[in-house]
Amino acid sequence: MATEALIQLQALRKSYNAGLPSEAEVLHGIDLTVARGEFTALIGPSGSGKSTLLNVLGLLERATGGSYRLAGRDVTAFNDDERTRVRHAVIGFIFQFHHLLPAFSALENVMLPALIGSSNGNAAADGAALAPKAMRAQAAALLKDVGLQDALHKKPAELSGGMQQRVAIARALMLAPQLVLADEPTGNLDTHTSDGIFELLRRFNRERGTALLIVTHDPRLAARCDRIVELVDGQIAADRPNAAV
Amino acid sequence: MGWGFEWTVALRFLREGRMQTVLIIGGAAIGVSVIFFITAVLQGVQQDLIRRVMGSQAHVVVKPLEETVAPLVADTGDGRSRLPVVQARPQRLTSIDGWAPLANLIETTPGVRAMAPVATGAALAIKGNSTRSINIIGTEAESYLRVVRLDDKLKSGILDLRPGDAVIGIELAKDLGAVLGDRFRVQNAEGVSEVLRIRALLDLGSRELNRRNVYADLRVAQTLLGIPGRVTNIDIALHDMMQADEVAARLRASTGQLVESWIQTNSFLFTAINNQNVMTYLIRSFITIVVALGIASVLVVSVVQKRKEIGILRAVGATRRQMLIVFLLQGAIVGTAGALIGSAFGQALIVIFSKILRNAEGDPLFNLAFDWSLVGVVLVSAIVLGLLSAVLPARNAARLDPAQAIRG
Repeated sequence: MATEALIQLQALRKSYNAGLPSEAEVLHGIDLTVARGEFTALIGPSGSGKSTLLNVLGLLERATGGSYRLAGRDVTAFNDDERTRVRHAVIGFIFQFHHLLPAFSALENVMLPALIGSSNGNAAADGAALAPKAMRAQAAALLKDVGLQDALHKKPAELSGGMQQRVAIARALMLAPQLVLADEPTGNLDTHTSDGIFELLRRFNRERGTALLIVTHDPRLAARCDRIVELVDGQIAADRPNAAV
Repeated sequence: MGWGFEWTVALRFLREGRMQTVLIIGGAAIGVSVIFFITAVLQGVQQDLIRRVMGSQAHVVVKPLEETVAPLVADTGDGRSRLPVVQARPQRLTSIDGWAPLANLIETTPGVRAMAPVATGAALAIKGNSTRSINIIGTEAESYLRVVRLDDKLKSGILDLRPGDAVIGIELAKDLGAVLGDRFRVQNAEGVSEVLRIRALLDLGSRELNRRNVYADLRVAQTLLGIPGRVTNIDIALHDMMQADEVAARLRASTGQLVESWIQTNSFLFTAINNQNVMTYLIRSFITIVVALGIASVLVVSVVQKRKEIGILRAVGATRRQMLIVFLLQGAIVGTAGALIGSAFGQALIVIFSKILRNAEGDPLFNLAFDWSLVGVVLVSAIVLGLLSAVLPARNAARLDPAQAIRG
């Protein structure tokens, strides 16, 4: 089990509007294996299917062909409920536009995954149910770790873009997931801020052994990952370890 | 495993949608307060009406059968029948002989609360040179007061009907120029008369009744009416006056006498109450539907506005069920808040309008006591209503595809 890869995709296909005249296949048979703790960049031109792949990997969407094993489970045929539970237990998300809930403070946003788990029984099943106090403490510690100890009770609108993305990172890490999926995490940030965010992700990858898969357009950023997977027209065009790191 | 997440998000969404939330709770509150108010008005009006009309009437009256004339059909010999014009027979004062066994039968009939024997008929009241036509009602005070609540209408004196006592309406007292304690003479058509002393004055709520009704001892009335030992009717009070028709039918079958329910004799009142009830029911139903549609439409819009947030929550691990509950809770919260505010507002309306809407005596039309049972009913219905209204939007929220929602 421990030696099994975190992600195993075999001939994975994804098409939209399946069965309709407008059917369009976006992913044409992807084979991809990601080890635990790996730090991978996913690059490729617009429309190459990066986001779709990320959604399928993140169990937000279901593949239409092939198979997907995640953390030792075959999740290919999982229904929405099962996918949600696995997603909750295994995966953290970081989106390009931060995607924090505007009505919740930074601290509450970070606590959300734990709060969700405490009321749907998922956390209890994982043996990780947290008391509200412990939840707060852990969320506060994470925010401190991303350098936001002074912004715990601020609403997202009161935070800069870089700060919001730090909150999103803290939220993604709240339940100590094995895999963090990041879609253009620095996409709309300036270079300096981007570097800070990237360093943070790198640090968590090293310190916690969290595997990261980062979709990025930024070659500078990709160059600093352990492995670069390039997607072109829904197929893997290149997959190479990054010797430079 | 509580509902911490669902409650937190539901409340936060409502708080975030500030204006929408205020408007829809306001709408629900107004709906509830109107329901509250019209219910109170209706109850007030009906109680007043019933008190007024039924104040001096029994719910059910047992009378002897009327004397009828059997038409004589004569055979004319050529195969045809001749139908004579039947002239109604002038009715004598009919009375029930041996009413004691009948009384036993009535008393044991289900639904009957109390009964009293009554001998009633027309007579003249004479004092000095003023003579008035009256309706003498002879009965036994103790049992009669359980049938008709005359004590409510007592203006002065003591409600007691010993032989020689009379209880009369205030108008008659005025007409006769008599006061409490005065004596007057009651005389029948044959010239037989008795002198009675006024023991009490009543206000029966209608000028006509105040002018005509004279209550006296049963035996005195029997003598005056020329029916010693007999009664003209037996007045009955029921536990539930709305059951009058049913009980009357039962009595008709068991006694073989003429039995009239107040619903028959006051069909206008019964129809009016019925129509009012149907109208109020309709109004209440429409208000309920409007409130439900209001809550539903606001939540439908809210689901659309919160697409992205729902997507994020789903991505972060919230299940469809959890999103469903988040929106159902919002419906229930809006319903509850509307019901609480609406009940308070409705009660305020009642207090304000009780100063404006008054009955003929100038008393407030409503019962001002806060109707807790109505609050309970309203609250429970509002929660159910809120939940039902939220079903459609909540299902929309639960079905939202998270990947699409996040994409924008």
